[in-house]
Amino acid sequence: MTNQSLREPTLSISPEDYKTLAKSYTPKPTIVKNILRAFFVGGVICAIGQVIINFFSLIGLTRAEASNASTATMIFFGALLTGLGVYDEIGKFGGAGSIVPVTGFANSIVSPAMEFKREGYVQGVGAKLFTVAGPVLVYGIAASIIIGVIAYFIH
Amino acid sequence: MFNMILPAFFVGGLICVIGQLLMDLTKPSFTPAHVLVTFVTGGAILGALGIYEPLVKFAGAGATIPLSGFGYSLAKGAIEAVGKRGILGALSGGVEATAVGIAAAVFFGYLMSITFNPKG
Amino acid sequence: MDSKRAGNQTVVFGSPPVILASYSVVGPKEGQGPLGKTFNKIWKDQLNGEKSWELAESKMLQEALQGSIDEAGITKDRIDFMLAGDLLNQIVSSNFAARQIALPFIGVYGACSTMALSIALGSMLIDGGFAEYVLIGVSSHHDTAERQFRAPTEQGNQRAMSAQWTVTGAGSVLLGKQGVGPRVTAATIGRVIDYGETDANNMGSAMAPAVADTILNHFQDLKRTAQDYDHIASGDLGTVGIALAAEVLKQSGSDMGTVFTDCGIRIFDSTQDVHAGGSGCACSSVVFAGDLMQRLKAGELKRVMLVGSGALHSPTSALQGESIPGIGHAVVIEA
Repeated sequence: MTNQSLREPTLSISPEDYKTLAKSYTPKPTIVKNILRAFFVGGVICAIGQVIINFFSLIGLTRAEASNASTATMIFFGALLTGLGVYDEIGKFGGAGSIVPVTGFANSIVSPAMEFKREGYVQGVGAKLFTVAGPVLVYGIAASIIIGVIAYFIH
Repeated sequence: MFNMILPAFFVGGLICVIGQLLMDLTKPSFTPAHVLVTFVTGGAILGALGIYEPLVKFAGAGATIPLSGFGYSLAKGAIEAVGKRGILGALSGGVEATAVGIAAAVFFGYLMSITFNPKG
Repeated sequence: MDSKRAGNQTVVFGSPPVILASYSVVGPKEGQGPLGKTFNKIWKDQLNGEKSWELAESKMLQEALQGSIDEAGITKDRIDFMLAGDLLNQIVSSNFAARQIALPFIGVYGACSTMALSIALGSMLIDGGFAEYVLIGVSSHHDTAERQFRAPTEQGNQRAMSAQWTVTGAGSVLLGKQGVGPRVTAATIGRVIDYGETDANNMGSAMAPAVADTILNHFQDLKRTAQDYDHIASGDLGTVGIALAAEVLKQSGSDMGTVFTDCGIRIFDSTQDVHAGGSGCACSSVVFAGDLMQRLKAGELKRVMLVGSGALHSPTSALQGESIPGIGHAVVIEA
């Protein structure tokens, strides 16, 4: 909103007209390119996850156990690639294809914790592990509790 | 070793495309954190409605690796625990079902954070 | 009343202070850019051996400040004031550099317009008879800015096409009451202008109205037009902002012709993937201390207007949904 100034604004354009002008000058995201890249990167990451599930099934885990183990393994890789400084490059290219898979979740845990290590291990690393993961856990767990309660009353 | 890879690739890719559209078409205040919260909550709701289960059966990792899969596990765990244990299962079920993922995230997250430094 | 004031927002210096020396230190990315050869020192990486990015930025600022002092060839005890600023909370980079330089210190905050603002203030101190020598320095660092304003540097985010890249660098000038060098002849202090831009990824759009407003007032106050200048450089409007500013100025009756450019679009080239261009306090500072000073001293440019552009928001105000107020400060330097 415009400031209350002592003189009239010198500019001959109103804030509303400026908003329209700014929109026309601001470059739009390259949506088609982003979608194709997100599809490819997300697909590859999930395919790798599937290979890991198959591997764990082959060595004797049940379907559910293999799925859990695969998730944990992907989390490990996401965290490792973030530590190595590689995941931000994947993210720049893949967008949602690297953010939405659980590897992106791991990246959102490691990157702030690593960044704030210089502020100490308790208030730096410890606290910052959850800047993005926190909301995910809060809303995910809360949703599951509400769903559980509803399920209880339905039966 | 390689079965179900193509469905995993396609479904996983499509779910990520939904995320990309959310990122590109919404206001800038809708950050990646908001995208992740949407996915986990969305996965929980679809899981509760029974819509996500067939996707998991068809595409395996294509449905479980995206964060919506995490929401699905949370919802499924809560519903199953309520069936076995009554109302307390609503509180414990979700967290128990995803305990491996949460513990892995915390532990590996911590390990990598203290081992490496940001490169800028 | 005051013969030093012109119009509403401009001051004209009776004895224009001299820019006796200038010095610029930049990071590797800036060193690889089109203006790479104009900088005094290029660091090989973002840390240069320091323990954190914040410490590195402060060290960079110190090096620039000391560089100016050495180049001017005067002893530090003759300097009356040090003016410095940066983007970090409580301008810590400058505070810690000031601790080392140990001169009477005035901390300045104008976001990315701090260089132009400091030159204006320093010139007022000298022309007003309050100082004989004033040391000015300004810094920014890509990683300290990302950490504070946006996201951790290793987080896999995609940046918007309108987003800009904070310049890692520090620029400094030493002003004196007399001597040989380009002179600061006038300054226009800007007003905060906010036309409702809420997107923190589109600083250019947020700052353009303020820069245009300052330029217009400057012209009106001094009864000049763009044609009276060889070079008008905004600090860091970026590709989006400078196009918007030029259009707004044109609609307000002021055609900028061919002399209007922006330090943010000059410091990086399109192969460096910086989207809309460079930003940060150091952007205008190192381009001025390097390229513009060199061309002024060589006589290639006779009259330059540097318009610093600042976005006066904070991460908190942005999260609370507030829009981004902008400001522009102009200084005129003549060879």
